[in-house]
Amino acid sequence: MTEAPGQDPHPSSTAAPPRVLVLVAHPQLEHSHITRALIDALPPVAPEDGRPTLEVRDLYRMYPDYWIDVPAEQEALARADLVVWLHPTYWYSMPPLMKLWLDEVFAFRWAYGPGGNALRGKALWLVTSTGGTHEAYRPDGHNRYFFDAFLHPHEQTAALTGMRWLPPLVLHGAHRVGSAELAEHAAVFANRIATWPGWPELADAEEPPVCSVADQDRPD
Amino acid sequence: MEHGWLHSSLIYLGAAVLAVPLARWLGLGSVIGYLAAGIAIGPWGLKLVTDAETILGFAEFGVVLMLFLVGLELEPRRLWALRRPIFGWGTVQLVGSTALVATGAVLLGVDWRLATVAGLALAMSSTAIGLSVLNERNLLPTHAGQNVLSVSLFQDISAIPILALLPLLAAVPAHAEGGASAGWISAGKALVAIVAIVFGGRLLLRPALRWIAKSGTPEIFTAASLLLVVGTSALMHAVGLSMALGAFLAGVLLAESEYRRELETDLEPFKGLLLGLFFIAVGMGIDFAVVLAQPLVVLAIVLGFVALKALLLLAMARWMDVALVERPVFTILLAQGGEFGFVVLQGALAVGALSAGHSSLLVACIAISMLLTPLVLLLVDRWVAPRLARRGTASVAEIAAPQDAPIIIAGVGRYGQIIGRLIDAAGLSATVLDHSADAVEGLRRFGWKAFYGDATRLDLLRVAGAHKARVFVLAIDDVEQSVECARLVREHFPQLTLIARARNAGHYARLRELGVQHIERETLDSALMSGRSVLEAMGWQPHAARSQAQRFRRHSIELLDSMVPHMADENRLISISRQGRQQLEETWAREREQQRGETERRSGGWNAPAGPPRIDPDAPPGNTTGAD
Repeated sequence: MTEAPGQDPHPSSTAAPPRVLVLVAHPQLEHSHITRALIDALPPVAPEDGRPTLEVRDLYRMYPDYWIDVPAEQEALARADLVVWLHPTYWYSMPPLMKLWLDEVFAFRWAYGPGGNALRGKALWLVTSTGGTHEAYRPDGHNRYFFDAFLHPHEQTAALTGMRWLPPLVLHGAHRVGSAELAEHAAVFANRIATWPGWPELADAEEPPVCSVADQDRPD
Repeated sequence: MEHGWLHSSLIYLGAAVLAVPLARWLGLGSVIGYLAAGIAIGPWGLKLVTDAETILGFAEFGVVLMLFLVGLELEPRRLWALRRPIFGWGTVQLVGSTALVATGAVLLGVDWRLATVAGLALAMSSTAIGLSVLNERNLLPTHAGQNVLSVSLFQDISAIPILALLPLLAAVPAHAEGGASAGWISAGKALVAIVAIVFGGRLLLRPALRWIAKSGTPEIFTAASLLLVVGTSALMHAVGLSMALGAFLAGVLLAESEYRRELETDLEPFKGLLLGLFFIAVGMGIDFAVVLAQPLVVLAIVLGFVALKALLLLAMARWMDVALVERPVFTILLAQGGEFGFVVLQGALAVGALSAGHSSLLVACIAISMLLTPLVLLLVDRWVAPRLARRGTASVAEIAAPQDAPIIIAGVGRYGQIIGRLIDAAGLSATVLDHSADAVEGLRRFGWKAFYGDATRLDLLRVAGAHKARVFVLAIDDVEQSVECARLVREHFPQLTLIARARNAGHYARLRELGVQHIERETLDSALMSGRSVLEAMGWQPHAARSQAQRFRRHSIELLDSMVPHMADENRLISISRQGRQQLEETWAREREQQRGETERRSGGWNAPAGPPRIDPDAPPGNTTGAD
């Protein structure tokens, strides 16, 4: 599966407005308050110049039986410039359907490996929340590491597929967040989606690392 | 036929085409339409046709065909299960009705022999009207419907001994032919004929039909179907048995064969037309001269015999535990006179057991009772049934008080019941509609809001709260009723989310064309689960089997959806389904190819293994997508 015809795989800022793809993965969205608040804060999915700029795919809603439509997901990725993973953190990682999505959609010869260039040049942004507080994610806290330490697999996934890994937006202590704090968090999220790619910290950020894999090597 | 066949077909077809839609439009049902058409063209109407008896003889074949088709629906095992109602309740009805009517007549000063003949003739009920009405209302599978069928079958069977006994009732003993030995011989012949039908049906019919079907000429298969029924009837007729009974037996014997559906679709139109002709002939046969000569006597006889039979039937219904709302239909359908009554009267006339005048008087009474039956049913529907429903809330109610559950389930057979139980367990409430009083009664015992009612009636749907509910579950097992219900719901309650069960691909397509979004084919998922078990038993990993089944499921649904617009055009359909099979094969071939690529990559490519590549042709394909 390759990009949709006529789509520039390396969009420049002069092209049509950037496309944002938000992948939501929450197994119990009806009990969520953080993830749901973030979804509600998203700008309306309306076409601008006849071309929608935002696409939200709620994975647990689309694939309740864990049967992912791989071609459809790959087409959605091909259309996007910014890919957002919006999910709570479970056991220092992503919910299981998100992982299955990753396993199946980021396929050999498509996302990586010989000819696997479909994602090159896009950006990947993780938006997540943790039950543990900020203090818990410290060498002296009960999670023993800073939260960044748990994100190495994410970063390397982005690197191997040629995507730019953006600084994640993390909300700690999700169970005790007050409504004011949550509203502020949601506003930051919405603002970031709206202003991308004009984030100030990206101006002087370095280019993402390029992983060239030797033909005889496997990525893992 | 004085006008030639062209002229008479013109009259019969014209009368039927005019009268039947008119009657249905007036809400009277097709039987009344045919009867009215008969009266209109008969000797007492426009006098277009005068040879009613010739036509009646021909049209009786419609009844024969109908019983063949009823037999096709009844497997031998189910017939065996019905032996009690047939012989038990059948005897009660026939003997009881005969005794009541005859006693009544004797008390009024009629000679006992004439009274007995009249009792026997009037005790019969019209199988043709009974089964047509049950079919039209989809009541055949209900308790009451099965009992009507059982009693009618017993009447068919007993017409034979009755005809044999009639000479004994003759006032003047007709030329004493044969005696006991002749009786034994004819009984022996009858036995041989039945044995021939049973064994012939078992051993010869299926290979014969297979051979004919193989010839690939559809009209020859139709001809063979007709020949089968005609042949059986002729055989039975030759040994003096009821033709209808023979056809019924042949039908039962073919009920388990693979040609059942095909026979049904082939014979259905013949049955419908001939049965219509039969009703027309009955209408023409009413001798209004007799009626007009003694209108009060006719009225008294009709009211008298119907009332006596109805009393007995009401008592029987109570004893049999027929649901309250089904009792009127049961009683009315069996209380009327029937076509076997004509046969009995004809036989009695032939042996001199009654005079021609008495015979035509009784024939007129029977015909009038048959004419009135559909009208009485209508009145009961309008006035009595709602009252019974209200009174019967303790047992089974037709839905009367407005309901407001957010979910409505139409049809709680095996399919709807599972949905209902799931909903119930999830703490949601549903209003349940079913046309089987037994099912409704059972569910009410578990505290469900179940109601007796026909989900193809708009007023009932309103009372069930269809205009306020959010979800409508369409789990009716009858395809026609299901489509009709879907059409009504789409048209009148567009806010409802329709969730439908499809019996087969054709049903699926018709629902899809009506714009129903959520349709499940009733056998697809359970069959796929079994398919998974097969793959697992063959050594596949359970997860690989699941993936394969899911892939097949998606493909099957996509294929069917692509066929929906072309379901009407058979040739196009075949080419699509062939194309579909090709696509599926291509997909699988591609997947296998991918699989091989993956294996190569694992063994060579990115990471060379220590040993030689393992090639195992029998190994099941694993998950084909996904990085490692």
